[in-house]
Amino acid sequence: MPPSTCYNCKAARAVIIRPKNRHKLCRECFIQIFELEVHETITSANLFFRGERIAIGASGGKDSTVLAAVLKTLNERYDYGLDLSLLSIDEGIRGYRDDSLETVKRNAVQYEMPLEIVGYGELYGWTMDQVVEQVGKKGNCTYCGVFRRQALDRGAARLGINHVVTGHNADDVAETVMMNLLRGDLPRLSRGTSIVTESGASDIKRSKPLKYAYEKEIVLYAHHRQLDYFSTECIYSPEAFRGSARTLIKDLEKIRPSSILDIVKSGEDMAALVPSQVRGAGKSCKSSAPADDEAAGGCGSQNGRTSGGEMAAMENQLAANDTAESRETEIRIPRKGLEAKKIKTQTLQYCEQCGYISSQRICKACTLLDGLNRNRPKAAIEISLEDEEGSSTLARQMERTQLTNS
Amino acid sequence: MTDPTSGSVAPIPITVEFTGGLEILFSNERKHKITVPGRLDDGSQPNISYLLRYLVDNLMKDQRKELFIMEDNVRPGILVLINDADWELEGEEAYELQPGDNIVFVSTLHGG
Repeated sequence: MPPSTCYNCKAARAVIIRPKNRHKLCRECFIQIFELEVHETITSANLFFRGERIAIGASGGKDSTVLAAVLKTLNERYDYGLDLSLLSIDEGIRGYRDDSLETVKRNAVQYEMPLEIVGYGELYGWTMDQVVEQVGKKGNCTYCGVFRRQALDRGAARLGINHVVTGHNADDVAETVMMNLLRGDLPRLSRGTSIVTESGASDIKRSKPLKYAYEKEIVLYAHHRQLDYFSTECIYSPEAFRGSARTLIKDLEKIRPSSILDIVKSGEDMAALVPSQVRGAGKSCKSSAPADDEAAGGCGSQNGRTSGGEMAAMENQLAANDTAESRETEIRIPRKGLEAKKIKTQTLQYCEQCGYISSQRICKACTLLDGLNRNRPKAAIEISLEDEEGSSTLARQMERTQLTNS
Repeated sequence: MTDPTSGSVAPIPITVEFTGGLEILFSNERKHKITVPGRLDDGSQPNISYLLRYLVDNLMKDQRKELFIMEDNVRPGILVLINDADWELEGEEAYELQPGDNIVFVSTLHGG
């Protein structure tokens, strides 16, 4: 096959064929266009303001590493005037996170950014290694997800920063769209597609500047810029990346590469059709985990790969959103086999134990911790049944966890 | 490594790299220097399809073949770079190996 020349500069040898439009590009043009497109995403969404302090949720993996590299480049090239920091979560998983944290530490030096590491151990008194030792490998992603969301917020708060950017890419968003479509979860579908998520359960704003970037191009960008990133799947979720939505997306990409962005676009269009009271635009809804899969790059189980707790939270939220418009949310939960129509009022409050913003007296993290500390995870089941009438998923999951461990 | 049946045709030395998490399937080694026969039994030149079979049969210590190969091709989500160019630009699995080629397999499937 004769070498192809670059579609853009018409001179250099093309090394990339873009999934979204099949344009063949040389290395230099690809890097430039990739960066330009992220810049356009940022400016068209007015993602940042001058002087804003930004924490980059950094796992050491490809997505967050590329995000840090691109943001540094753009911040300098276009003079955004941003103050960038790296924020990492140390889940306490030996052989996985300790290695990837070394990568983040190198990134901090390479990109001249301050690095803050927030550890589950210091925050909760439990590392994931210890959690898994107690609850087993099956249900541990629930703990990790709940803990991570709060840890990121606390880390950002510690830095005095209230905007966290994460490395979620177009493939991730497409996965989320597909999953929520398959679940019939319109509110979540709607929120999952938006580039900025603000939630009632947190003062911290989250955004995903790589939302329109193909995972394939992120990997190629990292390759061609020889970025230093870490790639090993979380040792506690070896099955996770086989998530069916993910496989579906990759298979579709193989057949028709534009599928991924098309799904993202479809998700956005569907989101626009979702009435705002159903959408429950973050701020007005008070479920304590509005979007666990927004919770920072880093877990091998993000998005399509998650196992759970957030689905319960979403069901809860969906029920809340259906009936509520104001801060006073009345939930009426029809429940077969139980006394129907228990009316419950949800208000935003602070967790009595840790002070974190929560929709319940005790936040999810503390609830899980109580269970761990009492050496019996079923405590979480009791509470979730009592306090989250609309949600059976978490309860089911916890039961499963318990069964597999007893 | 050299194939005696290849006769007078010189064997082809190439470099194969695994990154993005794939290295765990190949003894945790990122870079492998291998030599493939210059001509196969059926008289054809070795291409990427041949290389994939070769890698699975000779280089891959991990039993989980499905993490690398699916339906006799690279699993979706794994990128193949031939001398740094996307293999789609080079004819994909039909690309015939040349001496000194650098073939990189990058997984996009790992957490980020």
